[in-house]
Amino acid sequence: MANTPKGQNEVIFHSIHLPESWKLANYLAVGGYDALKKVLAEKMPPDEIISQLKISALRGRGGAGFPTGLKWSFMPRNYEGDKYLVCNSDEGEPGTFKDRDIILYNPHQLIEGMIIGGYTLGAKVGYNYIHGEIWEAYERFEEALDEARAAGLLGKNILGSGLDFDIHAHHGFGAYVCGEETALLESIEGKKGQPRFKPPFPASFGLYGKPTTINNTETLASIPYIVRHGGQKFLDLGKPNNGGTKIFSVSGHVGKPGNYEVAMGTPFSELLAMAGGVRGGRKLKAVIPGGSSVPVLPAEIMMQLTMDYDSIAQAGSYLGAGSVIVMDDTVCMVRALERLSYFYFEESCGQCTPCREGTGWLYRIIHRIEHGLGRPEDLDLLDSLAGNISGRTICALGDAAAMPVQGMLKHFRHEFEHHIQHKKCMV
Amino acid sequence: MLSPESLKKIDREVAKYPAEHKQSAVMSALRIAQDEKGWLAPETIAFVAHYLDLQPIAAQEVATFYNMYDLKPVGKHKITVCTNLSCTLMGAESAVEYLQRKLGIGFGETTPDGRFTLKEGECMGACGDAPLFQLNNRKICAKLSPETIDAILAGLE
Repeated sequence: MANTPKGQNEVIFHSIHLPESWKLANYLAVGGYDALKKVLAEKMPPDEIISQLKISALRGRGGAGFPTGLKWSFMPRNYEGDKYLVCNSDEGEPGTFKDRDIILYNPHQLIEGMIIGGYTLGAKVGYNYIHGEIWEAYERFEEALDEARAAGLLGKNILGSGLDFDIHAHHGFGAYVCGEETALLESIEGKKGQPRFKPPFPASFGLYGKPTTINNTETLASIPYIVRHGGQKFLDLGKPNNGGTKIFSVSGHVGKPGNYEVAMGTPFSELLAMAGGVRGGRKLKAVIPGGSSVPVLPAEIMMQLTMDYDSIAQAGSYLGAGSVIVMDDTVCMVRALERLSYFYFEESCGQCTPCREGTGWLYRIIHRIEHGLGRPEDLDLLDSLAGNISGRTICALGDAAAMPVQGMLKHFRHEFEHHIQHKKCMV
Repeated sequence: MLSPESLKKIDREVAKYPAEHKQSAVMSALRIAQDEKGWLAPETIAFVAHYLDLQPIAAQEVATFYNMYDLKPVGKHKITVCTNLSCTLMGAESAVEYLQRKLGIGFGETTPDGRFTLKEGECMGACGDAPLFQLNNRKICAKLSPETIDAILAGLE
């Protein structure tokens, strides 16, 4: 039996093996809310918390990997009026399913992280925007909020400290684009989820036009650990510039699909082994390492990489939200890309012409290649289209549609050529 | 137009937001209205808008933007199957085929007895449990096989 993988379930899933780990009493029994109590008892200066976050090298777990300490430092300190903290639990990118488990199994750690966030940022209210399709998580979170309020951990005068902070859950209703932070704000305001121009950035003009910080669920749920144990211990779990553990959602052709929390920098080969290896002992063909919008990587490259932002970026892809889609040698890459391209076509909000029209073009061209109607010039056309969508839209959904196309054509162009030439699949 | 219970639920949602931003509750209000009525008829959307002091178009925009709202009547049970990549890798196509054969309907259709509507969905954020469908906007039914599908459908009224 191999040794326990480094950092396994250290930060987020430490209590997942316990019965009813989501209950307040059970969270308290494993030291839950100790970080908040420490902050309140020591009246820890917000600057000290932000400085610990910077030391920790915690980077945004929603996909962008932006340093959390830096993001928190953007909030105006002396602003008179309301400020908001928003948690983004709107995970709907194919391959991504970690926030659901965080909310289902450890909701109080997220709540604790959000309260510390409210204290640090000077916000009195926080919202957690929960993906529409995971109603059970929404209900679980509402129950946890009720428990926290009843115990004096949330609401007015938290634990007698004078701190006021409350959290509400906002239920999404089926729109991938709302995972984009400004679309999410529009959605909380009760509108269509169409992204806003930036600047102004949410730190100056966010929810209801007020200064707002938006963080991913896993990011916020990591905060209590950092406050309790110090930024250095969190950093040491991972590697420089890539602190802590990361939850990797492994789906597709593996023996045991699921969420695996391990140290940043864990070799991909180890993660794959934890997830039961390639299903049925088949050969690994390719991996999408960070959710459906990042470029695919062939097996031989992937097996050399470690799972952290810098390693994956050097190989020409992104760690994203740590959403690892594993494909064995039975997969037709044209078919795989056709399905992904349909997704972006379906989910484009329609605001920007390059995305609204371009995602339809991408899908229709890949669809015809898959169905034996591809033309020799189609691959150049796909390259040109993807290039003309990237960077030309308000939000990153356009890039998210273009990158899978670019990745597939870079590494598996021959499969597309074969489809066009022989009107059928080579797999 | 909506029952007192539904209005009470909507009021609870309104209370989550600043008093001058009742519009924030429109997504939940439409969801609650749909739960009661089965689907969102134009007059239901208009009622929700009026209840929240919004122009009808403001609620209409929301109802047409988010894809879990049903703007046409659906069966008693709505089955939304994810066919995105992770689910397809794990056999979503077979699950869809089995469901379509068993129910005798295609995507976007309702059984003649009004019991089931079948829809194709996008990623539910539960890919580790693939293949899967979502039942009535509420429950994710995981790791589908002919046996699990039979058991789930047999357990429904």
